[in-house]
Amino acid sequence: MGPITRRLASLEKGRGWTVFLILTAAFAVGVPLLNAFAPADSALHVPTWVVQLMGKYLCYALLALALDLVWGFAGVLSLGHGAFFALGGYAMGMYLMRGIGDRSVYGNADLPDFMVFLNWKELPWYWWGFDQFWFAALMVVLVPGALAFVFGWLAFRSRITGVYLSIITQAMTYALMLAFFRNEMGFGGNNGLTDFKEILGFDMTADATKVGLYVATVLFLAASYLLCRFIVTSRLGRVLLALRDAESRVRFLGHSVTGAKLFAFTVSAMIAGIAGALYVPQVGIINPSEFSPANSIEVAIWTAVGGRGTLFGPILGALTVNGAKSFFTGVAPEIWLFFLGALFVVVTLFLPKGLLGLAATVKGLRRPTLPTPDTQPSGEKTHA
Amino acid sequence: MPEPALATNHGPAALAAGSILYLDGVSVSFDGFKALNTLSLVIAPGEMRTIIGPNGAGKTTMMDVITGKTRPDEGAVLFDGSVDLTKLDEAAIANLGIGRKFQKPTVFENLTVFENLELALKGPRRTFAVLLASLTGAQRDRIDALLATIRLTERAQALAGALSHGQKQWLEIGMLLAQEPRFLMLDEPVAGMTDAETEQTADLLREIARDRSVLVVEHDMEFVRALGCKVTVLHEGSVLAEGSLATVQANERVIEVYLGR
Repeated sequence: MGPITRRLASLEKGRGWTVFLILTAAFAVGVPLLNAFAPADSALHVPTWVVQLMGKYLCYALLALALDLVWGFAGVLSLGHGAFFALGGYAMGMYLMRGIGDRSVYGNADLPDFMVFLNWKELPWYWWGFDQFWFAALMVVLVPGALAFVFGWLAFRSRITGVYLSIITQAMTYALMLAFFRNEMGFGGNNGLTDFKEILGFDMTADATKVGLYVATVLFLAASYLLCRFIVTSRLGRVLLALRDAESRVRFLGHSVTGAKLFAFTVSAMIAGIAGALYVPQVGIINPSEFSPANSIEVAIWTAVGGRGTLFGPILGALTVNGAKSFFTGVAPEIWLFFLGALFVVVTLFLPKGLLGLAATVKGLRRPTLPTPDTQPSGEKTHA
Repeated sequence: MPEPALATNHGPAALAAGSILYLDGVSVSFDGFKALNTLSLVIAPGEMRTIIGPNGAGKTTMMDVITGKTRPDEGAVLFDGSVDLTKLDEAAIANLGIGRKFQKPTVFENLTVFENLELALKGPRRTFAVLLASLTGAQRDRIDALLATIRLTERAQALAGALSHGQKQWLEIGMLLAQEPRFLMLDEPVAGMTDAETEQTADLLREIARDRSVLVVEHDMEFVRALGCKVTVLHEGSVLAEGSLATVQANERVIEVYLGR
């Protein structure tokens, strides 16, 4: 094995790889097969609307994964990740908008409807290039990445940490929301971008396109998970964990705290952007409410519920909380917010390590005599 | 002989030449309180020096100035005779070869003892280099040797948070050694240690001081005696007396302000 394959293999322990591959295969292959081939009246059949809903939740899971990289590992609680998600979504939305062409209500092939409505004569410069998918795809990561880089550089260099950082990230997403609400910004004002027709030539209303978008989401989630694993198992990952514990010690060891945080924050924002870009074609709309500060706070809740600092936990948390949300808003919409509030209180008070921490505790209770080697300091026995 | 004009001031440059650390006329004030008052201090290469002084004498502020945590209002701080430390940040100063041990043991509690030392190892510090770094055989040997020096070989895979107080202090000293500093500063390294641990620490420090300069800030007179090196007494932000422990203990002003018994 060469050094690169060895490094890749070391991303997970043996059983971790098994779980990862089974889950990825089940979601990426199993679900579409059940959708396509299980008879519609069988219990195994997964209807397309469920596939679409799962795709949406997996986008949230991707967003929660992104937040975990900065919050769970570097200790930077960003409450503005919804902004990076929305920016990625807008970049994708602009591509989809340009793809409508002359099938729009006004039938203008050169301008999106809302620009015709505003009586604009030509396409603003910042819309140039968005008729090309590759350009839009590039912007999906570059725009959130650049914003995170500049914002993070200013904040981390000035040693803004803790609650102050959380507050300014909230301010950032709020400011962006207000800006995107304005019609003059050229992003469709409060209606946002919608009424999409096709993506890469595929009809957006077709079931196959919906399933395809879902599969793409699963694959991006799996790849992003591995990327995050690569980062947190690297020496830089240990620097991130270290600075969560003792930032000044990291500085006095000669490591750049600003550099490490900035790297994690920028990569995280890029992943959030991809999540947004996958989300928009699946829900069919992007509007400024995606920037709302409450959205970003919800991401933190998903992450905390699943178990921060675990990468897998936040994925689980996003799926669990959103699954519960769909269920409760279906059967009893009036109690959903109470449930969410109660969940947050319970997790904060009783499950500081989230659902994954709970699972580990239960496992520990069941097998008290068999501690896992990596949680038990090896020198313990010799010193006892 | 004349040194090229590396420092802005020719007078200090001549004096600073050949020193590892050179402080001249350093003053720092916080809201009108003068934490350091025209402090001057010269440490020679290979020297071990103890700094003593009552609370508020400016010991910690002095270390903050040397490590770049606090900027002095005035005065020169030169490393190695020519490098102006007042212009650099903590990470840059650490990479020059200046290590600092805090009073309270500061280790990474959620990493293992081995990983703590790994992060401290001298090596490239650029973010992407750290991202792609892998542990070489030589580095592994170096960590093993350090573990032996600080007597933590048995605990290599334990989380640092699970160590005893004294072991954390040693681990932190080990992390400083891993940086291969040329100049090491220790703030009360034996605070909270048992007598046996204190003695072992004194041995460890004497061993360390063989090939680098060491500055120890200490309250424990027994420990200062055990180190047996030159002592500087600080008082109200400047040097009150300097010499062997016996000399400064005999100094009337020192007795007055510090020993006072």
